[in-house]
Amino acid sequence: MSSADATMESPGHPGHPEAGKAREAFRAVTRDVAWVAEAPRPHKAWLAALGVALIMLAVGLYSIYVLVTTGVGVWGNSNTVDWAWDITNFVWWIGIGHAGTLISAVLYLTRQTWRVSINRSAEAMTIFAVMCAGLFPLLHTGRPWLAWWMIPHPNDMQMWPQFRSPLMWDVFAVTTYMLTSILFWYMGMVPDLATFRDRCAAKGDKLRAIIYGSLSLGWRGSARQWHRYERAYLILAGLATPLVFSVHSVVSFDFATSQLPGWHTTIFPPYFVAGAIFSGFAMVFTLLIPARHLFNLKHIIKDEHLEAACKIMLGTGMMVGLAYATEFFIAWYSGNLFENFAFINRAFGPFWWAYFLMVGCNVLVPQAFWFKKIRRSPMIIFVLCILVNVGMWFERFVIIATSLARSFLPAQWSYYTPTRYDVGLFVGTLGLFFTLFLLFFRYAPVIAISEVKGAMPEAHAGKKH
Amino acid sequence: MTDDHTHDPADHGAGYGQEAGPLYGVLAEYDTPGELLEAARKVRDAGYTEFDCYSPFPVHGLDEAMGIKRTILPILIFVGGFTGTCGGLLLQWWCNAYNWPWNISGKPAWSIPANVPIAFESTILIAVFTSFFGMWILNKLPQAWHPFFRNERFNHVTDDAFLLGIEARDQRFDAEVTPKLLEAAGAIGVEKVHLDPDPASRHMPKWITAFIVASTAFALIPFAIAAKARTSHSTEPHLHIFPDMDFQPKYKSDQPMDLFGDGRSNRGELVGTVARGSLNADDVFYRGLEHSEAGEQWTTGFPRQLEINEQLVKRGKNRFEIYCAPCHGYDGRGMGAVPQRVAATGGVWLARNLVDVSNPVSITMPNGQLFNTISNGYNTMMGYAAQLSHADRWAIVLYVRALQRSQNASLDDVPPDHRSGMQMPEAPTR
Repeated sequence: MSSADATMESPGHPGHPEAGKAREAFRAVTRDVAWVAEAPRPHKAWLAALGVALIMLAVGLYSIYVLVTTGVGVWGNSNTVDWAWDITNFVWWIGIGHAGTLISAVLYLTRQTWRVSINRSAEAMTIFAVMCAGLFPLLHTGRPWLAWWMIPHPNDMQMWPQFRSPLMWDVFAVTTYMLTSILFWYMGMVPDLATFRDRCAAKGDKLRAIIYGSLSLGWRGSARQWHRYERAYLILAGLATPLVFSVHSVVSFDFATSQLPGWHTTIFPPYFVAGAIFSGFAMVFTLLIPARHLFNLKHIIKDEHLEAACKIMLGTGMMVGLAYATEFFIAWYSGNLFENFAFINRAFGPFWWAYFLMVGCNVLVPQAFWFKKIRRSPMIIFVLCILVNVGMWFERFVIIATSLARSFLPAQWSYYTPTRYDVGLFVGTLGLFFTLFLLFFRYAPVIAISEVKGAMPEAHAGKKH
Repeated sequence: MTDDHTHDPADHGAGYGQEAGPLYGVLAEYDTPGELLEAARKVRDAGYTEFDCYSPFPVHGLDEAMGIKRTILPILIFVGGFTGTCGGLLLQWWCNAYNWPWNISGKPAWSIPANVPIAFESTILIAVFTSFFGMWILNKLPQAWHPFFRNERFNHVTDDAFLLGIEARDQRFDAEVTPKLLEAAGAIGVEKVHLDPDPASRHMPKWITAFIVASTAFALIPFAIAAKARTSHSTEPHLHIFPDMDFQPKYKSDQPMDLFGDGRSNRGELVGTVARGSLNADDVFYRGLEHSEAGEQWTTGFPRQLEINEQLVKRGKNRFEIYCAPCHGYDGRGMGAVPQRVAATGGVWLARNLVDVSNPVSITMPNGQLFNTISNGYNTMMGYAAQLSHADRWAIVLYVRALQRSQNASLDDVPPDHRSGMQMPEAPTR
């Protein structure tokens, strides 16, 4: 090198022990997250899971093919029960998505630092769940290729959307939610994608370096960039918080603004939001408990984090239980014959089994979380989370199908049975969800590396105060 | 410090060709976030402005230490959100209350409560877009390349390294003094970063530019097709990507059909049969024909079923003005709206002058023949049998006779007690 170069190492500054430890800790986080994406061969369990998910997805695609080429008549929906599995699944999936936003935004605003280990995968789950949710109303329209009519645009038909309809509110709420979730997720991922880029470049993996490099937009981690980035992240969290509450409120308006007994109630928005968070947390841990085991992430997604989530499930589960009780009380207190009947029928009518499955899974099961021993054993949490998912699915089914099957005119009453295409499509969305999640887990930074580092005690190393 | 972060000055830079190009800046590495913070404060106090700190996560306190001004992003986002609210309300008002008011269960076309959810969602949406895109634009990202990326140390910024970089364009920058300042602030390593000597390497590679241009052009193709379709005509049926209910398993009239011997889907009347109620045996009423020893001839009178009175004339006037006047004109002189319009556009549309005495074809035509002309058409005029009942056609014949008389009348035809104050207008010209 030329003598003009002032490049130098500082002599007599070997780095103090505290610094060495801090750097090692940061490097360990990077390595532990990146190895999942960098492993030359995917894990066998991962491959097996992907295979199952793809088969489920194929079932779903076949069901969609039959549905689109034949018509919605292939479903079990009838003139009486005209909303059934499709809308049940829509509400269920949307609700699952809400936990992701709650974890990433609400817990961020309330400074719950434990969120950093799970927020990335929870946000990914939100996006994939909303994708699955969006399929159902789209296909229920019968002619999904005309869905763009719902977007207000000047057209030859001189037709504008009917903005006073809750179904139109749904379109706007879900679209906004989807876009916000994607942008929030992606923005959070950019610094970590830059980490991946630099690791790939250092190893000489040019193709991946270009892909991760393009996705990380040339992020340099400069203080001026971080300054604006953090501001934007905080504001996005602030915007996403009211958004997540509005989305499920709007979804509940689909029912609450109608005059059907069992639907026509003002309790719906908070009741739906609590249920959404409840089911979303259950789904996050249905996914993360096996994943953290599979990819050696137990020291990042810690047992304490599972415990905190159990407490949230306990709380929201009881809110849901309170809502069930309130519905019955109001039905009795209103003195309205139809309201009375709707709720007695819900519990003791032809769908009694669904009702008690719902109460069992949503009200009784979470009571187990009172015990610390259960909150500390991932296997039991995993099983209980699946039960909660089942219970929350039945909650939506009970609200939708039992109310419709026994509405005002007894001559109209009927029973609802799903067809194989109803089941096939639901299985297909589960397949889509798991496929996307598995791909995400293999190729993206599954844990918010920079946020984890920022939340570590080492992040304050060397500071004088 | 581990080995991979220390550099032997002797071999340094050889692989990067750093000495060759112009100096871009100086990078200094610090051990901990705390030391970076202190160094940033010193660099700021020394009066530097074109410098930045680089870290794997946001180091708290660095904004203040570097003297970074608060970003204007929140203000932009507020403006964006407010635009979203107004835009959402305006959209709903314009669509549902102004451009196409729509009665839904008698509810008002414009009622704020029903419009709140969408206004709220559009507020959030535009605010989110502003924060996301605004943040990247203010951060001048995406940026394909930065000179610091040439430095090996810099590649650890996203992992575990804490760096401070001062750019050579800073007014206080000095190739000798600046590195010393950074070192004095506790740097474990200070390196100069040079630009690549080859200016071409600082530009986007040609193939990337070509790719962007090509993909942009490709993306415009659908719009070009749509634009062409809007300005051109085609006799081909439109593409049916989704058939909807456009093709149904049924026969329409005049379509071929294999089932019958004649290969037609139309089933006409059988030869030698008459449909019930369609015998129409009275030739005078139904055809305007009279039979005598001389043979068949047009009747000159009216069928006896019809009572000739003012009511029938008025009925004839009413039908005439609907079906005949568009071509023949209200006065029967053959200059109705259609010939006038065609003449105005430079074409020719001939309609007979029904009342012309100089060429009295229509005047001398027997009633029966006039009736037949209305029924079956004449020259380019089509028949009106499908639109007008037999009685109405006779009423029109009667009205045409009245027109012929009135249009060629003189003062003598007016009863004497109605003549006072009356003047004959000049005969209208064609």
